[in-house]
Amino acid sequence: MSAHPARGRVPLTLLMLVVLAYFALPLLWLLIASTKSLAELFSTFGLWFGEFRLLDNVEETFSTDDGVYWLWLRNTLLYSLVSAVGAALLAALAGYGFAQYEFRGKRVLFWCVLGSVMVPATALAIPTYLMFSRLGLTNTPLAVILPSLVSPFGIYLMRIYAEATVPPELIEAARLDGAGEWRIFRTIAFRLLVPGFVTILLFTFVATWNNYFLPLVMLSEPHWYPLTLGLAHWNAMATAGGGATAAFNIVICGALISILPLIVAFVLLQRHWYRPRGA
Amino acid sequence: MGDTTRSPRDRHARAGLAFTLPFMALFAAVFVAPLLYALYLSLFRERLVGGREFVGLEHYVEGLQDEAFLGGVGRVALFVAVQVPVMLGLALVLALVLDSGRVRFARLFRVGIFVPYAVPTVIAALMWGFLYGRDFGPIADVANRLGVPAPNLLGADTLLWSIANVTTWTFTGFNMIVLLTALRGIAPEVYEAAALDGAGAVRTALHVKLPLLRPALLLCTVFSVIGAFQLFAEPRIFFTMAPQVIGKDFTPNLYVFNLAFSDHRLNYAAALSFLLGAVVFVVSFVVMHLSRRPATRG
Repeated sequence: MSAHPARGRVPLTLLMLVVLAYFALPLLWLLIASTKSLAELFSTFGLWFGEFRLLDNVEETFSTDDGVYWLWLRNTLLYSLVSAVGAALLAALAGYGFAQYEFRGKRVLFWCVLGSVMVPATALAIPTYLMFSRLGLTNTPLAVILPSLVSPFGIYLMRIYAEATVPPELIEAARLDGAGEWRIFRTIAFRLLVPGFVTILLFTFVATWNNYFLPLVMLSEPHWYPLTLGLAHWNAMATAGGGATAAFNIVICGALISILPLIVAFVLLQRHWYRPRGA
Repeated sequence: MGDTTRSPRDRHARAGLAFTLPFMALFAAVFVAPLLYALYLSLFRERLVGGREFVGLEHYVEGLQDEAFLGGVGRVALFVAVQVPVMLGLALVLALVLDSGRVRFARLFRVGIFVPYAVPTVIAALMWGFLYGRDFGPIADVANRLGVPAPNLLGADTLLWSIANVTTWTFTGFNMIVLLTALRGIAPEVYEAAALDGAGAVRTALHVKLPLLRPALLLCTVFSVIGAFQLFAEPRIFFTMAPQVIGKDFTPNLYVFNLAFSDHRLNYAAALSFLLGAVVFVVSFVVMHLSRRPATRG
């Protein structure tokens, strides 16, 4: 602790409040706008409430286009969950393999995986699309899930984590007891790797939940869209439609509903993404 | 199984390969194979009659003379030169201020600034698009009430910076958390030594914390630069609101996407994405090289 902890606290705190306003006001606007009818969206001041029509907007969001929003929500959950669990499992296996064993080509393989971070998404999306369409995989959940399972960052993290947390003596002792390599991983090593596993799970979940480019390339049927693609689709329709068909109120309400789960999760899971000093 | 007859070393190597195999197989299928396929495509031309024709590096030469592509690269380079320092500077100041222990409600600020990272870029772009808009955006509202003309935030001169604002809004908190986490890893003895030397909070931040943050800052810079060169979702969303300004080539990724999926020029698009990859590689390399140069300090 410094000698004068109280000095400068008030001006700094006020300054931080201004900064916080920049980050919070757009979300506040979204919340307020979600409570307004389409007409009031245009006629009332943006940062204050009009007639409270939130429930009507929610109902309209979930019923428009035969309730396609439900499908988008389900798809987003499906893609994110399967990708997150799969990517974390693959990373745990491979990271452990890279950390605990010596085998020919190990260094080359590892650096190839790391270098892949540099490749632009478009460079991969075009040929992957062509390959998947030949295999009949486009317009299926697999087209989004399969590429999302590969997490180079996850492999890197898991290798470092496995090197730091799994003691080689423990593995050696288990071997002397006659346990097979797979059994050692399943019953001893994996338990030690769980915190790293959770980190990759959360990262991949957020990345897949937020993904836009890959589904945009792979999916052309709205009933397979995730929320990001669906809402962009509604927004384009609203902008093009104009007048009575310009359903901006459901775009705004749909956007609010789509970001709530992750925001709630971020606030609740605080200790998983940040531990204060000394904790 | 035959394992018992083999040497332990052999068994060891086979187990290592087996653990990495599921990942490597998928990596080969959805990363290596498409990449090689794209490389192959970029060297050929589709003819209306007679199928594929080998053209060598012709598409790459065309790309290097394509003003739409080069214009887009220049635009994102300008974006990188301005947005990345602004965002990381802001993230750095916020991290140092929150870490100094001289702010009340630090937890509220930390969470509040990080929360935009939970908002998908597409949704952030949609939301800011409404905020910028003249129909029902609050910025126009406020301007109207003050009796000044509403600024055109979706115009040809302003749109790039309006996009930069969306990126800054979304990712400052994430970078701040990375830097805060790095600060947390600094041993308490370092601070005690600084305090013994009579260093105040500002001097400790500038002369003790900042140098120790270099590796984390480098990581943030490289990832921000790679991300910015691939700018896609924001211009694609803003296209519906400002089609004339965005056009089909506002950023290289948007141009490549439109070439591939609207114009069906897949081979040329593949070549351009490799050129973009080369630009990203060179810029990342330069950033890492520059930062490795030891700081000149007395």
